[in-house]
Amino acid sequence: MTMTEQATGAHPQPRPRSGGQPSAPEHVTGAQSLIRSLEEVGADTVFGIPGGAILPAYDPLMDSTRVRHVLVRHEQGAGHAATGYAQATGKVGVCMATSGPGATNLVTPIADAHMDSVPLVAITGQVASKAIGTDAFQEADIVGITMPVTKHNFLVTRAEDIPRVIAQAFHIASTGRPGPVLVDIAKDALQAKTTFSWPPVMDLPGYRPVTKPHAKQIREAAKLITAAKRPVLYVGGGVIKAHATGELKVLAELTGAPVVTTLMARGAFPDSHELHVGMPGMHGSVTAVTALQKSDLIVALGARFDDRVTGKLDSFAPYAKIVHADIDPAEIGKNRAADVPIVGDAREVIADLVQAVQKEHSEGHTGDYTAWWKDLNRWRETYPLGYDQPDDGSLSPQQVIERIGQLAPENTIFAAGVGQHQMWASQFIKYEKPATWLNSGGAGTMGYAVPAAMGAKAGAPEQTVWAIDGDGCFQMTNQELTTCALNNIPIKVAIINNGALGMVRQWQTLFYNQRYSNTVLHSGPEADGKQPSAGTRIPDFVKLSEAMGCYAIRCESPDDLDKVIEEANSINDRPVVIDFIVHEDAMVWPMVAAGTSNDEVMFARDVRPDFGDNEDD
Amino acid sequence: MSKHTLSVLVENKPGVLARITALFSRRGFNIDSLAVGVTEHPDISRITIVVNVIEALPLEQVTKQLNKLVNVLKIVELEPGSAVQRELVLVKVRADNETRSQIVEIVQLFRAKTVDVSPEAVTIEATGSSDKLTAMLKMLEPYGIKELVQSGTIAIGRGARSITDRSLRALDRSA
Repeated sequence: MTMTEQATGAHPQPRPRSGGQPSAPEHVTGAQSLIRSLEEVGADTVFGIPGGAILPAYDPLMDSTRVRHVLVRHEQGAGHAATGYAQATGKVGVCMATSGPGATNLVTPIADAHMDSVPLVAITGQVASKAIGTDAFQEADIVGITMPVTKHNFLVTRAEDIPRVIAQAFHIASTGRPGPVLVDIAKDALQAKTTFSWPPVMDLPGYRPVTKPHAKQIREAAKLITAAKRPVLYVGGGVIKAHATGELKVLAELTGAPVVTTLMARGAFPDSHELHVGMPGMHGSVTAVTALQKSDLIVALGARFDDRVTGKLDSFAPYAKIVHADIDPAEIGKNRAADVPIVGDAREVIADLVQAVQKEHSEGHTGDYTAWWKDLNRWRETYPLGYDQPDDGSLSPQQVIERIGQLAPENTIFAAGVGQHQMWASQFIKYEKPATWLNSGGAGTMGYAVPAAMGAKAGAPEQTVWAIDGDGCFQMTNQELTTCALNNIPIKVAIINNGALGMVRQWQTLFYNQRYSNTVLHSGPEADGKQPSAGTRIPDFVKLSEAMGCYAIRCESPDDLDKVIEEANSINDRPVVIDFIVHEDAMVWPMVAAGTSNDEVMFARDVRPDFGDNEDD
Repeated sequence: MSKHTLSVLVENKPGVLARITALFSRRGFNIDSLAVGVTEHPDISRITIVVNVIEALPLEQVTKQLNKLVNVLKIVELEPGSAVQRELVLVKVRADNETRSQIVEIVQLFRAKTVDVSPEAVTIEATGSSDKLTAMLKMLEPYGIKELVQSGTIAIGRGARSITDRSLRALDRSA
């Protein structure tokens, strides 16, 4: 099978230029062949750190004018940066590391990309092929280690295989359901003499992603949509990955059905649109959670019924029929049985659905959702997202994040870490466009924000990039600010500093009798809870950031809030870090406690919305 | 709990078996038996897996996940009624002058073969379905089983149709 026949995905991803005549063979080393392959496949940015086994590749990399290498400070940073680059640009992200510990440091970001279906190619050096299996210096079986967290991986021991494997890796990473691919290359293969010609012939007889949906299923789905009384379009990250947000808007407006966007799909549908009823899930809006719960038809588009969305699975959306469209057949029916399964690329699926619904309309079948919208609007008015200002005049973390969102220039990209600040950033920043919200959804990787923001800024230098981070997360990966400062990658970082591992602390407040075991990060008036914390001061994030070449300030009062954000937005010649000292007791609401039904969504502590179903009321 | 026999055609490449067995354990499925060998095409191996499926984890999920492995070409579930299933056992049974003829009689009853004889033992080779072999082993047990080795189940569908045809064509195209 040739590459052109293989390239069935709808994603405009960099892939081997297969048009025209193959290039004349060049006499090169394996390492040169690797860099030439990266050039041909369109990899313009690589994040990495050299070391013994990958060293041969770094020599020709120095001369490449088409591949920019960003020298990071930790391989985990390289991996998340590649992920941030991929999520912001829609292209394949690339990271590179040496064998052994260099490679194992990539495992977390690879697993993270796997959970969030991010197209990523990780290239690692391996000890010489003769030394493999001998416990050689810096040897680790990274192919074995990453088998469960990659879409596919390769071990290359022959120089002549390098172009083909690189072409295949990029093809697999970017087509079908995207995902990470690792290419482990033995040092002797990098050093050996070989010839390079492009394009190589791919050899993937077992890889045939289905992108074209089945017409009968589409017709069936359109019939259900127009017959439903209480439908919901349940939109997941697949819609952004398939570049299907334009089609989605058409479908939503055509049907008039409410839209919910998951944590991975924030920005897939404009928050300002009247058909948008919010984010579903554990910390979703009351309206979005309840819309799914009370619906009679869920149209899942590139979403996977994750446990954070469904809550207790067997009580999730008990009245709903399910139309489930996904590029990955294994997702359909995995958690919730589908009445109409549709395998296909979200863009093709939604485009076909639009036509099928139009046909239904032309035959006089239009859905009447008036009564449904009455309910939805009532919930929306009664239970809007909101927060209380702290009584003591300290900063509210939600307000900080909300103001950053409101004051941000157009097209700003936001990258969050994991925890309370992530949820608030998903709730209180309004997303209007796809690929402007990056976070670690599936894996929940603390420390994601700073390196991901770096990768996003490297890939989209014209756009403002804000990392919304917590003081816990920030201490995991902040060293990449040095990388940003030295490589002209001027990101902005807001540390939402509450002096604690806030989300874990919230659970301890709610479920562990306020016993704050090992969630205190600050050194202040202690963990006895008698006096409020004043945020993490050791380390001093301002001094730390200044030491890494950033402009850094601290903000402790609501009066200074707008001033410091505007100042940050005006600085573009170096990274900016603002240490926001916020109230430690703020909690994320609404909340569906883990393992409970979505019917038990709590609007605030001890406040369950009144859906008219509680006889005691 | 139910048993299913899957024939999985895979590219004959290093590490493919590890990918498949790791996927079973990762997704919480129990492999009952496993047999691997090359097919009539040297680039294709065939893995026969007998899997124990519990209600909560449908077989469909494991076949879909298997299908996503890049080296997997095809998966077919072979139904017991329309497929021939065989296992091989080699079993060393304690035998003396008194019991040897009785053991040989059992061997003949089950159309098995005696492949080695010594003063204290006979070694028997038997092929058949799992049920037949279990029955034979039950008969031999009273004499004293000194050592037993069993292969995984292999299976092939009845009739003229071949499950490898199309995969072979796909492979030819990519060559």
